[in-house]
Amino acid sequence: MDGVLDAKGVRKSYDGREVVAGIDLALAKGECFGLLGPNGAGKTTTLRMLLGLTAPDAGTISLLGHPVPQAAREGRIRVGVVPQVDNLDPDFTVSENLLVYGRYFGIPEREVAARLPRLLEFAALETRGSSRIQSLSGGMKRRLVLARALVNDPELIFLDEPTTGLDPQARHLMWERLRLLLRQGKTILLTTHFMDEAERLCDRLAIIDHGRMLAQGAPHALIAEHIEPEVVEVYGEGVEDWYGSHAKALSARAELHGETAFCYVRGAEPVVASLKTFPALRFLHRPANLEDLFLKLTGREMRE
Amino acid sequence: MIATVLSGRWVAVWRRNYLVWRKLAAASIAGNIIDPLFYLLGFGMGFATMIPEVEGVKYMAFLAGGTICYTTMLASSFEALYSGFARMHVQRTWEGIMNAPVSLEDVVLAEWVWAASKSLLSGTAILLVAIALGLSQSWTMVFIVPLAFLIGLSFAGMGLVMTAIAKSYDFFTYWFTLVLTPQMLLCGVFFPTSGLPAWVQAVASALPLTHAIAIGRPLFLGVWPESALLHAGVLAAYGLAGFWIALTLLRRRLLA
Repeated sequence: MDGVLDAKGVRKSYDGREVVAGIDLALAKGECFGLLGPNGAGKTTTLRMLLGLTAPDAGTISLLGHPVPQAAREGRIRVGVVPQVDNLDPDFTVSENLLVYGRYFGIPEREVAARLPRLLEFAALETRGSSRIQSLSGGMKRRLVLARALVNDPELIFLDEPTTGLDPQARHLMWERLRLLLRQGKTILLTTHFMDEAERLCDRLAIIDHGRMLAQGAPHALIAEHIEPEVVEVYGEGVEDWYGSHAKALSARAELHGETAFCYVRGAEPVVASLKTFPALRFLHRPANLEDLFLKLTGREMRE
Repeated sequence: MIATVLSGRWVAVWRRNYLVWRKLAAASIAGNIIDPLFYLLGFGMGFATMIPEVEGVKYMAFLAGGTICYTTMLASSFEALYSGFARMHVQRTWEGIMNAPVSLEDVVLAEWVWAASKSLLSGTAILLVAIALGLSQSWTMVFIVPLAFLIGLSFAGMGLVMTAIAKSYDFFTYWFTLVLTPQMLLCGVFFPTSGLPAWVQAVASALPLTHAIAIGRPLFLGVWPESALLHAGVLAAYGLAGFWIALTLLRRRLLA
């Protein structure tokens, strides 16, 4: 065991409702691990317990070799955290945010000041050191929060939905920075509900729902394990008729949701051929992805 | 038990608040001086024509001794309630700090001491104004500086309890109108409590501002206060009890 982060049988209830119902995690040094789950699945509570900000009702946690929550503070000395909601200090400039945050780790100001140019460069904010927080865009704020999480040169970085609310350009820049951190040997634990994000970044991931782990493994291995390799999505006027007469018979598994039929298949030719006699229908043939897996395991009903 | 959960890093949190204050110091100090100055000059000059002397001293000097304590009470109360709530809830500053190796106990201790520091700054500012106005020249006034810090701890400790249970800023109006304003009127800021009905005096004698003024006014007027340690003890007890209750409530609110 590398001992970066280790959790066994972690549970937490609020008012008799079990929010985290037995989570097991073990992160190896240098890997990117994703926690995926719908809203309310227990992701943020899990992160809070791993950081020692909430005591679990049961289970054991070790953060960089320190027992949590007993010695969580010692563990957090080499941990960086990017919270779900930006909590930058609005009374300080960009640079001051980094300098002040470094003091919470007991790092001498001179040391943080020396790291400042590199942190600003990392956040692509080289020219914004003296800017006010209110003048930054959403993507800039998010990158500054990431730079702030690096102020103590952490071994392990927690990211709670790092790209929620960002535009595509800002998301890609964020991903590029996270990959850079992984190349430097940092370990990352991130939560997300963006499947493309998880597929791009994560070496391994766990899908959780209702506080339980439904599956854990490498993204492509998990897809191969749970989902047929190809998917044909069929939509258009009269899709119900076609679904009733052809989809079920020609697919290993088929589902109709709203106006789209999802056909999970090992070879798409029979399905595609059957569509020739239904000119009003359109289709998309694609490889199975993480979203298919996610929806299969967590269901399609809305979570709010 | 608290010693095991505290670290020296609470100083970094105190310093964070100090740095923010320093940015706005000019406006803040001006406010600290101008507001009580208006009270002093307005009430003082107005009443002084009717009441030349109270308890053997000039009314303006009598009033100044009370105003210093009252201003000090308000300074830490505003900081612990409005500014503290902003940092805890609105800006989520505490959350960011607690992701670093800083405990909730560190953060709340820093807030408590910082709010008391605001009282010290504010008390010192108004003291200098009173000196400039020539209201007193007694050397015992220097003890008002540490007293201001103690008054700050007392009211900030209690104020943090309100912050711990507040859902929004509106809630704090109750604290000001039901707790602080009555103390301003009953505890002898503007007039001696000796003229009040016995039962009001009994109530007033339990209120912290009474004890603050019991030390602060004599010090300002150059008289060594009677039972100073007892009064200081009451102030400390209010502050410590408040701090302990606030911490218990905040653990429940933020670490559950």
